[in-house]
Amino acid sequence: MPRIPLTWLAEHVELPADATAAQVATDLSRVGLEEEAIHGAQITGPLVVGRVLELVKEPQKNGKTINWVRVDVGPAHNEDADDPKDPQPGAERPSRGIICGAHNFVEGDLVVVALPGTVLPGDFAIAARKTYGHTSDGMICSGEELGLGPDPAGEDGIIVLGRGHAEGLSAEPGDDAIALLGLGDEVVEINVTPDRGYAFAMRGVAREYGHATGSAFTDPVLAIEEPEAGRGGVPVQLRDESPIRDRAGATRFVAMEVRGVDATAATPRWMARRLTQAGMRPISLIVDVTNYVMLDLGQPLHAYDAHSLVAPIVVRRARAGETLRTLDDVERRLDPEDLLITDCGGEQGDRVLGLAGVMGGAETEVHDGTRNVVIEAATFDPVTVARTARRHRLPSEASKRFERGVDPELPLRAARRAAELIVEHGGGEIDPRVTDEGSVTAPAPIRLRTDAAERLIGVPYTAEEVVGALRELGAEVEDAEDGTLRVTPPSWRPDLTIPEDLIEEIARLRGYDRIPSVLPAAPAGRGLTPAQRCRRAVTRALAEAGLTEVTSYPFVGAEVFEALRYEEGDERRDAVRLLNPLAEDEPLLRTSLLQTLLPVARRNLSRGEESLAIFQRGATVRPGAGDAPVPAPAARPSAEELAAIDAAVPVQTGALAALVGGASGPDSWWGSAEPWGWSEAIELARRAAAAAGVELEVRQAQQAPFHPGRTAELRVTAADGNAQVVGHAGELHPAVIGAYALPPRTSALELDLEAVIAAAPAVVRAVPVPTFPLAKEDFAFVVEESVPAAAVHAAILLGAGDLAEQVHLFDDFTGEQIGEGKRSLAFAVRLRSAEGTLDAEAIRATRARIVDTVARAVGGELRA
Amino acid sequence: MIDEPTISAAVEAALAAIAAAPDTAALKQVRIEHVGDASVLSRANRAIRDLPGPQKAAAGKLVGQGKGRVQQALASRQEELAAAEQEAALAAETVDVTLPTDRRPRGAVHPLTTLQERIEDFFVGIGWEIAEGPEVESSWFNFDALNADPEHPSRSRQDTLYVASAEGGEDQDAGLLLRTQTSPVQIRAMLERGAPLYVACPGTVYRADEMDATHSPMFHQVEGLAIDEGLTMANLVGTLDAFAAALFGGAPITRLRPNHFPFTEPSAEMDFRCFACDARLGLDHEPDPGCRVCGGTGWIEMGGCGMVHPNVLRAAGIDPGRHQGFAFGLGIERILMLRNGVADMRDMVEGDVRFTQHYGTEI
Repeated sequence: MPRIPLTWLAEHVELPADATAAQVATDLSRVGLEEEAIHGAQITGPLVVGRVLELVKEPQKNGKTINWVRVDVGPAHNEDADDPKDPQPGAERPSRGIICGAHNFVEGDLVVVALPGTVLPGDFAIAARKTYGHTSDGMICSGEELGLGPDPAGEDGIIVLGRGHAEGLSAEPGDDAIALLGLGDEVVEINVTPDRGYAFAMRGVAREYGHATGSAFTDPVLAIEEPEAGRGGVPVQLRDESPIRDRAGATRFVAMEVRGVDATAATPRWMARRLTQAGMRPISLIVDVTNYVMLDLGQPLHAYDAHSLVAPIVVRRARAGETLRTLDDVERRLDPEDLLITDCGGEQGDRVLGLAGVMGGAETEVHDGTRNVVIEAATFDPVTVARTARRHRLPSEASKRFERGVDPELPLRAARRAAELIVEHGGGEIDPRVTDEGSVTAPAPIRLRTDAAERLIGVPYTAEEVVGALRELGAEVEDAEDGTLRVTPPSWRPDLTIPEDLIEEIARLRGYDRIPSVLPAAPAGRGLTPAQRCRRAVTRALAEAGLTEVTSYPFVGAEVFEALRYEEGDERRDAVRLLNPLAEDEPLLRTSLLQTLLPVARRNLSRGEESLAIFQRGATVRPGAGDAPVPAPAARPSAEELAAIDAAVPVQTGALAALVGGASGPDSWWGSAEPWGWSEAIELARRAAAAAGVELEVRQAQQAPFHPGRTAELRVTAADGNAQVVGHAGELHPAVIGAYALPPRTSALELDLEAVIAAAPAVVRAVPVPTFPLAKEDFAFVVEESVPAAAVHAAILLGAGDLAEQVHLFDDFTGEQIGEGKRSLAFAVRLRSAEGTLDAEAIRATRARIVDTVARAVGGELRA
Repeated sequence: MIDEPTISAAVEAALAAIAAAPDTAALKQVRIEHVGDASVLSRANRAIRDLPGPQKAAAGKLVGQGKGRVQQALASRQEELAAAEQEAALAAETVDVTLPTDRRPRGAVHPLTTLQERIEDFFVGIGWEIAEGPEVESSWFNFDALNADPEHPSRSRQDTLYVASAEGGEDQDAGLLLRTQTSPVQIRAMLERGAPLYVACPGTVYRADEMDATHSPMFHQVEGLAIDEGLTMANLVGTLDAFAAALFGGAPITRLRPNHFPFTEPSAEMDFRCFACDARLGLDHEPDPGCRVCGGTGWIEMGGCGMVHPNVLRAAGIDPGRHQGFAFGLGIERILMLRNGVADMRDMVEGDVRFTQHYGTEI
């Protein structure tokens, strides 16, 4: 994201002399340019100019020669007298003695001295130190040591004022070298939202700083003379046979030539410095100038070696099979959507020069021998550039700007500015024949009601505030005199197309902090839905039963179906597949919660848990019917389209699963805790359902991943009397327990919570609470072992009829006394009538009915 | 036999025996001896009826008074001894109440669930309703209806997890994806219910992010949407202020900064004044430079918001000429991290029971 050196910003907008990066960042964030980072000064402490008074060359045993130097670093820093044990060379006078290994300087030169206390880039702290037999009281610095990079003139050694990095600079001993060399500049890095392409340049940021603070902004573009385009320049053809989304790839292409340039001329120090501060590497004068103008004005430029170009330049889409070696030395296979700059060179007379707006090619690159330069300043379509940059993974400085939109009025002046800078620093002259192909579409005016901003923002803006804000943006505003304004946005704001866009600008420039706080009064709501309330109740019920809620990712691999022993053809194998999964081995979405809860259990055990009592609520996903249509945006889809979408959206079920295994509590003074088992899993399912107001019916069943003899099928009966399976509970299959390294006999439950909740009564009807005396009767029935307790229970209830208050099994016994293949089930039955006291005769008759019903229903015999 | 000395002696003897009884069992014996059928007093009482008439009254009074004193002393001593005996018995039953009592470990609700419920309760409290929708959603609901340009980077496969097409080619998506925001629920709510509409949409969302301390491919959001006649950005600020107060307490200050989102215009980033350091006391108080919650800035970035873009209203069948409204979105994990000092995102999603158990059912 753009880096804004404060000294550069100050060139286009009035910046207070004491402005800090932090303050500028705060100001910019107020208008929506968020701070990403502040890059502070790289050097702190006493970095000063010094004059070399005397130097003595001292050859060393290691073959090197060092300089023992007396340096005048100004009255504020000089030591008055030499150290008597280590006198400096020459006559004694106020100075410092410094050891220096470089040899590109002589007595009388002005150099840059880092005195003790200076901190150089890389947190390199300078201190006085003993070396080569002397005390070096500071360091004479090279450009590299100061973070300035190699000497621009190629000189090896330290910085000497007047040359290289310090070209054109002069100073007195003791002067602050940080300011002199521009090393103290602070840089604000900002984040630019995709709608504000113009803020990808100093010009745009300076304008925004003006909006934020009221400081006077001077548009640098206005200072550039607009050249006149005409005939005779480099011929350019814009062709686009397959525009993307009806937008031509290139709408404007300016070509301007500079002839007779010295391409080896040095980039001026200030320009190289600014490029570095802005995060770009100085390369050569011509490339640096194009980058500099781009950073300053926002127009990406490209420079071609005119000699290598074979006119005309043709802008067109790529053909299948074409390739290009880009400047980063990568051979790229081009896509027919890529927009290309081509010329008539090469064997076929049809040569690819570059990817328009993204990156140039190697063949027509400027080089040291370049004499004539063609500068390209074009307007490319954001979508085309964005797609190409993404396709080739080439997010260049140019593409970042084109993607967000570049001011289409810029090309002529930006090219002119670059040409001027090249001539100024590299010589030559600008060819007056300028090519300007294509055209600029003027921004469409927008009608804005004068009170529209107040109506949307809630701030009573005056007419002056509204019009003023729009004009500050650079928009033209006319009063249409029918209560509306006719607003023509400036050329650099393609994002302003509807009244709401303008309203945002008015609110932004007048300050979001002016918006008052008014809580709207919503119409009375209906609170949580029954389903929402029930889900909360279920969650609490399981937590209160001692279980801990966990989360898990919904992603699984197909192996889980084997691990959970699903049969071939089990519908849970039919899972939704992701096109671009996070992990290649987990491309599917879970079709059951246990698929992802089991790995969570394993993780907890591996982290030291010894037992399990966990649950999760989450969605399970089954495929819908085919692909979903994508209707047009900004309009309500037809009922058919919406129905087609809903049919395609996978079936998603709010599910509940729990796992319990190992000891149900700690061993302690009371003894050992019972282990969790199949019955707890079933009871937890019952409690969860009961929390939603639903009774589950439990039946023996078989279902993976459960133990075949210890699986309950859980059913609900809806108000219409239809029963439905809503889940399973019981002990897990030993193979599953083994696969996930769970405690023995770990048990689980799975419920379709939405189906359970749907079966809940809307109103829980009251039952009478009779106060006539209670009759308690016990029964023990001998039945075949295969008869489920629930069947006997049901038969007792049936037999007791209205008198049944409670039926409770209190014993399940097998043994010799009962007989092989039989079991004895003992029940405590509480009988009570709502109409009167039960006398002995009534009780006897009821007992008889119960015994009779059980005998007929399940073949049970009352045990003597 | 019913003379004053005899009766007095019997009463005195009884009182002495009562006083001397060491426990309730001994006292029971005393009762039999001194007021039982064979006792002097009982026999005297029975003898009264044999006395000549004139003496009956005096004798009756004498014996009655004596027996009354004895009964009273018995009752009082009984009470005294019983209390002492119960005290001793209870003392003997003393247990060490500091022994552990955790026969069955406590369960716990995930703090994100609890926080989400609390957020829902805030919105229900101001009259809004809670809307829900599918996590695997169609591209139209997640992007197109929300005015996201076809080129918008968030649609890329680097950012969004797509469902593979069952019909088309190998590299084709099904027009379905894991929703990247809960905003599609807003569209569904508008299509189903129309305006006026005040809903909050909490839920799970997904991004193609690598897991680290501050990112998870799965996280939770809550979005708010209000559509009505005449709603303004001031109503957005008012709602955010009330929300911040409910969640972080005190007299919160919110701040909007201009930003850009496809689905709102104007758009803003919302900041809450830091609730942890001195900055919470007001704009005239400096934040603590070392504050871990706000990083010394005094502000906490909470999410995006703005006035619903007219194209979004149109897609959801609402006439932007008549109704307008605002929307905002916040990350629930982020709120939990800030509010409760959770340092690592991974703790919230890996399902480690120790993380959840710490909270119980409160946050």
